Amino acid sequence: MIEFKNIKKKFGQLEVLKGIDFEVPQGKVTAVLGPNGSGKTTLIKSLLGMVFPDSGSIHLDNYRLNGKAEYRNNIGYLPQIARFPENLTARELLKMVSSVRASNNNAGELIERFKLDEYLDKKLQHLSGGTRQKINIVMALMFDADYLILDEPTTGLDPIALRILKQLIAEQKEAGKTILVTSHILNFVEEVADEVVFLLEGHIHYQGSIEKLTSTTNTEGLESAIARLMEDQHA
Amino acid sequence: MLNIIRYTFYDLLRSRWSIFYMLFFMLTSTALLFLSNDLSSAIISLMNILLILAPLVGTIFGVIFYYNSSDFTELLLAHPLKRSTIFLGQLYGLCISLSLSLVLGLGIPFLFYGLLYSDAIFDFLILLVDGVVLTFIFVGLAYIIALKNDNKVKGFGYALLMWLIFAILYDGMLLVIMMQFQDYPLDTFSLVSTVLNPIDLSRILILLKLDISALLGYTGALYQKFFGTVVGISISFTLLAIWSLLPSGLVLRIATSKDF
Amino acid sequence: MTIFITSLCVQAQITVCTTCTISSIQQGIDLATAYDTVFVEEGVYFEYNIAIGKPLTILGENGAIIDGQKQGTILKVQTTNATISGLTLRHVGLSHTEEYAAVHVSNTKHFTLNRLTVEDAFFGFLIEGSSKGRITNNKLSGESEMEFYSGNGIHAWKSKELVITENEIRNLRDGIYLEFVDNSEVVNNLSENNIRYGLHFMFSNNNAYSNNTFTKNGAGVAVMFSKFIEMKDNHFLNNWGTASFGLLLKEIYDAEITGNTFDENTVAIAVEGSSRITYQHNKLSANGWGVKMSGGCYSNKFLSNAFSNNSFDVSFNSRLNDNEFTGNYWSTYSGYDLNKDGIGDVPHRPVKLFSYVVNKTPESIVLLRSFFVDLINFTENVAPVFTPVDLIDNSPLMRVPS
Ligand SMILES: Nc1ncnc2c1ncn2[C@@H]1O[C@H](COP(=O)(O)OP(=O)(O)OP(=O)(O)O)[C@@H](O)[C@H]1O
Ligand SMILES: [Mg+2]
Repeated sequence: MIEFKNIKKKFGQLEVLKGIDFEVPQGKVTAVLGPNGSGKTTLIKSLLGMVFPDSGSIHLDNYRLNGKAEYRNNIGYLPQIARFPENLTARELLKMVSSVRASNNNAGELIERFKLDEYLDKKLQHLSGGTRQKINIVMALMFDADYLILDEPTTGLDPIALRILKQLIAEQKEAGKTILVTSHILNFVEEVADEVVFLLEGHIHYQGSIEKLTSTTNTEGLESAIARLMEDQHA
Repeated sequence: MLNIIRYTFYDLLRSRWSIFYMLFFMLTSTALLFLSNDLSSAIISLMNILLILAPLVGTIFGVIFYYNSSDFTELLLAHPLKRSTIFLGQLYGLCISLSLSLVLGLGIPFLFYGLLYSDAIFDFLILLVDGVVLTFIFVGLAYIIALKNDNKVKGFGYALLMWLIFAILYDGMLLVIMMQFQDYPLDTFSLVSTVLNPIDLSRILILLKLDISALLGYTGALYQKFFGTVVGISISFTLLAIWSLLPSGLVLRIATSKDF
Repeated sequence: MTIFITSLCVQAQITVCTTCTISSIQQGIDLATAYDTVFVEEGVYFEYNIAIGKPLTILGENGAIIDGQKQGTILKVQTTNATISGLTLRHVGLSHTEEYAAVHVSNTKHFTLNRLTVEDAFFGFLIEGSSKGRITNNKLSGESEMEFYSGNGIHAWKSKELVITENEIRNLRDGIYLEFVDNSEVVNNLSENNIRYGLHFMFSNNNAYSNNTFTKNGAGVAVMFSKFIEMKDNHFLNNWGTASFGLLLKEIYDAEITGNTFDENTVAIAVEGSSRITYQHNKLSANGWGVKMSGGCYSNKFLSNAFSNNSFDVSFNSRLNDNEFTGNYWSTYSGYDLNKDGIGDVPHRPVKLFSYVVNKTPESIVLLRSFFVDLINFTENVAPVFTPVDLIDNSPLMRVPS
C-alpha cells in the first residue's frame, strides 16, 4: 500500500501540490487523472524520491520514505518522457540498468512480446518514438517489482502495442501488483483502472471507483464525468 | 559506485574525447621535449600550459558531461541507487578519465625521454599531482555550476567565467592590489590570497621546486619561513587536499536536495 | 745548479717527538740552523706562539698535531724561505681584539704552507705584507655560526704574487679574503659553507682565479673595487638566501669572466656600477636571477653565454642601456630558426617586465610564472614601455653553446 500524507510542493512561486492525501489500494490499478500541469508527474516523482516535497510524508508498506534508496527495489517506473543515454544501444541500456538492480529480470520475455529483437543493437537515438516507449515499458516491468508506476504509458504506441500493454497490465494485476498509472486517454483508463484519483489545482477532487464517479456526477462515461468535475470546480 | 564510475569511464572512452585530450598532451610534451632538448625547460613550459589547460578542460568537460549525461542521471534516479553513488560516481568517473589522459599523455613521452634517469623526476611528479588535483577541483566546480543551472547556455557561461576568474583575473587583481599598496606590509596578504586560489596553490608547489632560489631572495620573514622551511610545502599540500575534497562535498550537498 | 747548492749546504734534520729529548716544536726550531728540516713525529703538542725566525722546513708526520689550547696564534712565520707542511693545527685562540690564526705570516717572502689541516680555526692563515707565497693542498675549517666570532680562512693583506691552490675551506667567515693583494692566483680551491663569502677581493688588482668551486656560502665570490681580475671556469653553486649571490661585482673595471658555471643561486651575478667587463661562455642555470645589474653599468659585453631556466634571466634597473648582448642562448627564447644556422631569426629581449614589478613590489614574487604575469611580459615584449628598447640579443642561439 502506498500512502501520501499531506504532500505539499512548490516550484519557486508555483504551488503545484497543496496538500495531497490519499492511499493507493493494494493489488489494484489506480489512475491519476488531471489536466496538464496539475502535478501528476510531480506526485509520482515524489514517490520515487526524485522530487522532494516541502512537507508531508509518503509511506510504502508502512515504510516512511527517508532518502534511502533501497525501497526503490520494490518499484518499477516508467517515466513520462523516456530519456536514455543516447549513444548506447538498447541492449547495452538494458544490461546497464540490470546491473544496478539486485533482482533478476525477465526482459527477454517482454522483448519477445513487443517484438523488439531487431532493434536491440541500434543506437537509442535512432529509434522511433514508439519503439523507445516499448523499451521504456520493458524497463519498468522487467524487474517484477511489487509496485508499478506508469506515467503516460500509452504515449506513441500503435494499437497492437497498446493491446499488449493492456494485457500486460492485466497480467500484472493478476499477479497481485499494485499499479499507479497516469493517462489522458480516458478509454484506456476506463479499460484498465479500478480506481481513479482526480487532481486539480493542487488538490484531490475525487477518489474512488469509476462507477461511483459516473453515478455521483450523474453522467455516462468517464469523459463526461471528468468534464463535469471540472465545471463544478469553476462554478 | 564502482559500477557508475566504470560506466562513465567507458562512455568517455567511447566518445573519444578523452583520447583526444591524451593525444594533445602527448603531442605537446613531445614537441616541447624536442624543441627544448632539456627536461627542466620542458617541465617549465608544460607547467604554464597545464596550469591553464587542466582547469579549462576540467571545467568544459564538467559542464558538458553533466548536461549530456542528465538523461542517464534521471534514469538512474528511479533505481535503487543513492544519489551520492550516482553523482560522485559520474564525477569521479569523469575525473579519473581526464586524469588518466593527462598522466599518460604527459608521462609516456617523458618516460621515453629518460625521465627515470633524471633529477627532474620529482618536479615532474609534482606537475602530475598538480594536474590531477586541478582536474578534480575544476570538474567538481563545473558540476556545481551545472547542477545549479538547468539552462545549459547559462551554465556554460558561468563555468567559463569561473575558470577565467581563477586562472587569470584573480592574479591580475592581486598584482594590481600589491602594486597599489606597495608601501604597506603585504606579506600576509599576498601569501594568504595566493594559497586560496587552487591554481596559484598548484603553481606555488612547482615554484617551491623550480624557483626556490628566487623565492628566497625576498627578505620578508614570513616569506623566508614559508618558502625556506617545510612550512610552505606542508601548508600547500594540506590546502590542496582540502581544495580537492571541497567541490565534491558541495556537489553532494546540492545533488541530494535537488528536484529532477 | 740546484743540486750544486744543496750539496754545498749541509742540511740537517731535527726530529721532535713527545717522548724524545726534543719534545717541543719550539725547542726543535731553536736548535735548528737555517735550512734545516724539523721533523715532527706523530703526537699532540700543546704549544702556541711558536716563532719561526730562520729559514726552515717544518715537516709533520701523519698524526702530528699542534693544539693551541685556544690561547692565541699557533705558528708565527717571521723569516723568508719558511716551509710548513703536513701538520694538523687545532684550537686557535679566539679573541675580539686580536686576530689569532693557525699560521701568521708577516713581512716576508718565499713561504710555503702545504698539506696543513686547520681545525677549529679563528683565522686560518693570516698573511701580511708578504710576497711569493705558495698556499696549497690545505684543509681549513672553523665552527662559525656568527660572523662576529669568526675569522677568514686564508686572509691576505698588502701582499702580492701569492699562489693559492687546491685548498678546501669550510665554515669560516670568508673562505679566502684578499685585500690590497696584487698579481696573485687562486686555483682549484673548494670554498663551502662559509658565512660570508667564498672568496672576497677588496682593492686587489691584476689577479686571476679559476677552476674553483664555491658552494653554499652566504654568497659565492665578491669582487669589490678591483681592476683587471680574470675569472675563469669556476663553479658557483647553491648560494641561497636573502641578498645572496654567486658572484658580486661592485665598482670593478676591465674584468674577464669566462667559462664559469652558475647553478641554483639566488642571484647568479649581481653587478653594481661595474664597467668594461666581458662575460663569455658562462652557463647560468636554475638561478633566481641570472644577471642583476644596478647602478651605472657601461660597456659590458655578454657573448655566448647560456641562460637556462632561471626565474629571471636579466634584470636591469634603468631604461638606458649601454651593454651588449650577442649570441647568447636563452631557454625562454620563443623564436625560430628557418635557415637552420643555429641562430634565431627573431631577436630576443631578455629583460621581463615582471622583473621590474618584483623590484618595486618584492612580495609579488609569489605570482611568478602565473598566466597573468606571462601575459603582461608578452605585451611588454611586443611593445616595450618600461624595459630598455635596445637591451636585445639580435642573434640568440637555438642551442646551448658547447
Ligand atoms: N523541476 C521543476 N522545476 C520547476 N517547475 C516544475 C518542475 N517540475 C514540474 N514543474 C512544474 O510543476 C507543474 C506540474 O508539473 P507536472 O509535470 O507534475 O504536471 P503533470 O500533471 O504531470 O502534467 P502533464 O499532464 O502535462 O504530464 C508544471 O507547471 C511544471 O511546469
Ligand atoms: Mg506528467
